[in-house]
Amino acid sequence: MTELPTTTERKMGLVIDLDTCVGCHACVISCKGWNTENYGAPLSDQNPYGADPSGTFLNRVHSYEVQPETGPAQLIHFPKSCLHCEDAPCVTVCPTGASYKRVEDGIVLVNESDCIGCGLCAWSCPYGARELDQAEGVMKKCTLCVDRIYNENLPEEDRVPSCVRTCPAGARHFGDFADPDSHVSKLTAERGGMDLMPEMDTKPVNKYLPPRPKDQIDEQIDILAPLLAPVAEEAGGFLGWLDKALDKMPGGSR
Amino acid sequence: MHPAPSVIVFTTLSGLGFGLLFFLGLGLPDVTGWVAFTFFAIAYALAVGGLMASTFHLGHPERALKAFTQWKSSWLSREGWCAVIALVLMGLYALGVVFLGQRWGLLGLLGSVFSILTVFTTSMIYTQLRTIPRWNMKLTPAMFLSFSLAGGALLAGQVGAALPLLLVAALVQLGYWQMGDRALAHSGTDLGTATGLGTRGSVRAFEPPHTGTNYLLREFVHVVGRKHSDKLRIIAFGLAFVVPGILLLLPFGHLFALIAVLSHLAGVATSRWLFFAQAEHVVGLYYGKR
Ligand code: SF4
Ligand code: SF4
Ligand code: SF4
Repeated sequence: MTELPTTTERKMGLVIDLDTCVGCHACVISCKGWNTENYGAPLSDQNPYGADPSGTFLNRVHSYEVQPETGPAQLIHFPKSCLHCEDAPCVTVCPTGASYKRVEDGIVLVNESDCIGCGLCAWSCPYGARELDQAEGVMKKCTLCVDRIYNENLPEEDRVPSCVRTCPAGARHFGDFADPDSHVSKLTAERGGMDLMPEMDTKPVNKYLPPRPKDQIDEQIDILAPLLAPVAEEAGGFLGWLDKALDKMPGGSR
Repeated sequence: MHPAPSVIVFTTLSGLGFGLLFFLGLGLPDVTGWVAFTFFAIAYALAVGGLMASTFHLGHPERALKAFTQWKSSWLSREGWCAVIALVLMGLYALGVVFLGQRWGLLGLLGSVFSILTVFTTSMIYTQLRTIPRWNMKLTPAMFLSFSLAGGALLAGQVGAALPLLLVAALVQLGYWQMGDRALAHSGTDLGTATGLGTRGSVRAFEPPHTGTNYLLREFVHVVGRKHSDKLRIIAFGLAFVVPGILLLLPFGHLFALIAVLSHLAGVATSRWLFFAQAEHVVGLYYGKR
C-alpha cells in the first residue's frame, strides 16, 4: 500500500557522524557486497572494467569543502543513503504499491515483484537515495539491512546494518529514534543531529551530526616555533658587506 | 531532467489527443458517419499512441496493470484510471455518432470531462514533485490544460475557440518560463540546506562519490546552455502559437489547417523538450551541478 502509516511503532534509522567520517568508502563497499547477494535483485554494474563504468549503489559518500567567513576551510565527508523519511514522498507517488513504509519499524522498502520500474519514486526523492537497476529494471534502495537486523542466524553483534558494522571510524550508528533513551536518540540530542533539506518536509528519520568546531591554537602555529626563530634578522659585518656586494653585481636581486 | 523521447512524445501526443476528444465529446464539430470516424481515429491514434510511448520507459511494462491499484495516493495511478475511463466512454460515444447517427449528449459530456481530467492528472504527476521546483508550480497544470485545449480546438477545426485558447496558452507559456527560471532560487533549497552545513560557511562540492557517472546523474542532471534554450524558446513559441494564430486569421482551408496543426504539434514538442531538459532536480546539488 502506498498510503503512509500515520505513525510507526518504532523508527529505525541511522545517525551519521560527519565529525568522525574519514571518507574511506568502506560502508559503500560493504553495503554493495551485502545487498548484491541478499534482499531482492542484485546490484548490477554496467561496463565495470571498461572506459565508462557505472553501477547501482544504495549508499554513496560525497566530500564537501566548507569555507567559513574567517579561518581555514574544512573538508567534510558525507555518506548518503535512504533516510527512511516519515513523510516519504517516494511512497505516495508509487502507482503500484511496490514502495511502502513498514508500520512496525518505519523502514521504507520496495517490493520488487510489484515494481514496474517507472522511476517516479526516484524523481520524488530529494536525496538521490533510489536508483533504478539498469539490468533488472526495478527500483533499488537502502533496506536498512532488514535481512540482517532481525536475522537470528547471524551472531548478535552482526545484527546491525552492514555499513554500520563495517565503518572503521564508528561514524554510523543504528537504532530506534522512537525510543528517547536509545543510543541514537541520545547522540542526536547531545550533538544537535540535523535533518537534510528540512524545507522539503520529508521528515527524515536518519540524522546527521554536524562536525565539531575545530580546535583553536591562537597565534602560535607550532610549539617548536620559538626555537626555530631566525638567529640574526639582518646580516652585519663581513657577511653583510658580501651580501650587498653580490646584490650590486649584474643579475643581483636589487 | 533527462529529456527522454518517450515522455516527450507521450505528453505531447496524448495532450493533443485528449484535447480533441474533449471537443468531440461536446459535439464540436457536430459530425456523424465517416467524418466523425476520421476525427475519432485521429484522436485515438494520438491519445493511445502517446500512452503506449509512455510505457517504453518502464523497466517492467508487462506489470503495467499493477499501476491501477494505488489511485488513492498516486497521481500516476489516477492518470491511468482517467485515461481508461475517458477512452471507454468516448469509444461508446463514438459508436453512437459514427455508426448509429446518434449523439448521446450525457455520455459525450462525461467523456469530455474525463478526457480533460486525464490531462490534469498527467500534469499533477510533475507538479507534485517538490524535488523539481520548476515543475512544482500552479502554472504547470495550467500549461498542460491550456495547451491541450488549444491544440484540441485546432484539431477539431473550431476556429472561433482556437484563437482565444491559443492566446491563453501562449500567455501561460510565457508566465511559466518567467517563473520557472526563478523557481529553484525561490525554493530556498541549495547545497547548504542539502548538506545541513550551510550555516557554517559556503559549501562547495569537493569530490563526487565516484569518478564515473550513475543513474542519478543520467536521469536528473541535464544542463542546457542559456543561449541554446533561449533559441529553442523562440522556436517553440513561434511554432506552437504564432504560426497557427496567423494561419487561423487567414481564410481557412484544409491545407492551412494541416500546416497550423503540424506547426503547433512541433512547437508543443519543443516546449515539452525544454520542460524536461531545463527542469533542475535538487539532487544535482549534491553533485555540485546547480
Ligand atoms: S530518503 Fe528518499 S527514498 Fe528514502 S524515504 Fe526519504 S524520500 Fe524515500
Ligand atoms: S519505480 Fe517501482 S517502486 Fe518506484 S514508483 Fe515506480 S513502481 Fe513504484
Ligand atoms: S543500512 Fe544496509 S542497505 Fe542501507 S546503506 Fe547501510 S548497508 Fe546499505
